Amino acid sequence: MALISGWGRFPVVDTDLLTPRSFGAVDDAIAATSGGVARGNGRAYGDAGIGVNQTIGMTAFDRIRSFDPATGRIRLEAGVLLSDMIDTFGPRGFLPYVVPGTRFVSVGGAIAADVHGKNHHCEGGFGRYVDKILLRTGSGETIEVSREENPDVFRATIGGMGLTGVILEATLRLRPVETGWIRERVISASDLHAAMRALDAGDSATYSVAWIDCVARGSDLGRSLIYLGEHARASELPQGAEAFSRGQDPRLNVPIDLPSMTLNRYSVRAFNELYYRMGARRAGGSHLVSIFPYFFPLDGVGGWNRIYGRRGFLQHQCVIPQDGALAVLGDILDRVSRRGDASFLAVLKKLGQGDGLMSFPMPGYTLALDFPVTGSIMNFLDEIDRLVVAAGGRLYLAKDARQSRATFEAGYPALQRFKEIRASLDPSRKIRSKLSQRLFDEVQP
Amino acid sequence: MNSRKIVLVLGGSSDIGRATARSFAKAGWDVQLAGRDAAALEPDAADLHARYGISASTHRFDVLDTASFDGFVAGLAALPDVVTSIVGLLGSQETAERDLDHATTIMRSNYEGPALILGLFAEKFLARGSGSIVGVSSVAGDRGRASNYVYGSAKAGFSAFLSGLRARASRGGVHVGTVKPGFVRTKMTEGMKLIGPLTVEAQVVGDAIFGAVERRTDVVYVSGKWRLVMLIIKALPEAVFKKLKF
Repeated sequence: MALISGWGRFPVVDTDLLTPRSFGAVDDAIAATSGGVARGNGRAYGDAGIGVNQTIGMTAFDRIRSFDPATGRIRLEAGVLLSDMIDTFGPRGFLPYVVPGTRFVSVGGAIAADVHGKNHHCEGGFGRYVDKILLRTGSGETIEVSREENPDVFRATIGGMGLTGVILEATLRLRPVETGWIRERVISASDLHAAMRALDAGDSATYSVAWIDCVARGSDLGRSLIYLGEHARASELPQGAEAFSRGQDPRLNVPIDLPSMTLNRYSVRAFNELYYRMGARRAGGSHLVSIFPYFFPLDGVGGWNRIYGRRGFLQHQCVIPQDGALAVLGDILDRVSRRGDASFLAVLKKLGQGDGLMSFPMPGYTLALDFPVTGSIMNFLDEIDRLVVAAGGRLYLAKDARQSRATFEAGYPALQRFKEIRASLDPSRKIRSKLSQRLFDEVQP
Repeated sequence: MNSRKIVLVLGGSSDIGRATARSFAKAGWDVQLAGRDAAALEPDAADLHARYGISASTHRFDVLDTASFDGFVAGLAALPDVVTSIVGLLGSQETAERDLDHATTIMRSNYEGPALILGLFAEKFLARGSGSIVGVSSVAGDRGRASNYVYGSAKAGFSAFLSGLRARASRGGVHVGTVKPGFVRTKMTEGMKLIGPLTVEAQVVGDAIFGAVERRTDVVYVSGKWRLVMLIIKALPEAVFKKLKF
């Protein structure tokens, strides 16, 4: 048995951690499991990557099967990390179409969570660039799924949180790029309304995201910095600049759990004031940023999840449909700022239509917040959830550790169809995670 | 004819073997992967080709089958520029204490086979007047411990072999490196209790092997901390050492 947890370090669960090294060993693991799920690099925040009784670690499957430099098409094993793909193929002129806020996620995990990036509003999620998946189902079958072959299973696997089976391999399309640089433009917004208008105005930008100061209150509520970005062409680089500078290992590491004292309303307020002012000073013009700090600002601090102390933290990410979003997001931010133990910075961005049956994105605005685990946080987040549900929104499963069944069911109307597909693939219900157990498995152990 | 340099990785299916192949391929070397099950190496060869555009071949090699060694060397399409042996077997000390076959397998896998095959390549390299040979030994060979002296003694023999070979081969322009990894997170050590700060990932060892070739280093402790640890352990008087639970 091993104590494992997601990136948020809550909850911590005792399960058998299996580490197969061949596809045959994956078969054996599935055959032997009494409720297990595949786990990639453990970057899902909550309990999505934890099996009920067994957890099947997939990081040993890190081989690239084939790569066609003419088309950017790549076939690879599910345990390959996005960081590995970026380091290997970036210098050869190819990057993933979609990257989340950390590059240390596996391909299998990125498919299972249908991760989104700063370009979801115009280019969709990770799953959109997946052409084929090799899947080992709970009944031990190996099936190839794509938009043509087993399309229902394909749509259920994109964003299906690993519950349709173990993803073994995938074929993806990579994006041809001339450089590893982003031309970034920063816009400062004095309140939430201005931030949302700036994001709307940035709809045509490939990348857009807003960092909200969620400590600011009153007329400053929702003040933010909006970052728009485009891939820089080779001709835009200054002379002598390297077209692709390699990603560095985190320069700063958090070696121990910080005492919960470190994060308080004064330190966070001071930090955010500084962050906002420095950003606002850069607003207006555009400049070049390497893809690494642009896409993965937090990867620069290794083990940043330890900042929240031993008890861990919860991330709350909701999406609110466009209509009425201003009022609902304003209400949420107001409660968060009054509560005072909010995250350093909240992230606000626009999403487009999701591709998978259970994909998180829907057209609207998504807000992501971090909270340290404390005694009163669960009730507080339940309150926020009621606002989300009333607005017709939903929560992101890759970051969830605590939402209620009712919240989940209200947010994911395709759940019934998903359950049917899952039942047909896995009649004896071998593939189960702590998340599925919490949110929708009928069979309780 | 391509002019890329070639590295032969003996023990290519191990985690350190795969990592070593990647370190060389990333720098533009062609790779010959050798292991007991050549077919099982195909996905790794494909991986190296897809990632780095180099060519990678697979070869059957069984370290216990010493009779096949001459044929193995003769059967390679090209004599490599570098050969590195990552072959090894940790085995079980407890079993080896009672079971002569198991003890023999540990000794032969860690000493006899690796030493003999590298010795053969040394002859070829000396005849050519160039080349680099890297053997992966172990800090366990620096001093025998109650908990793994069968494995440790075989690694000690291998280290001594490499050191002697180095003295001889250096006069003929051939480099011999000894790499001592310490604790590495691999399938061999899965489930073992490893000391975090003294433990490295397989890729760190792969890069260290590549570095040993580039810089023609004699002896490499992959984590510098191990050099200090073993310095202290080697210095302990036998009367003290035998009383330690270690």
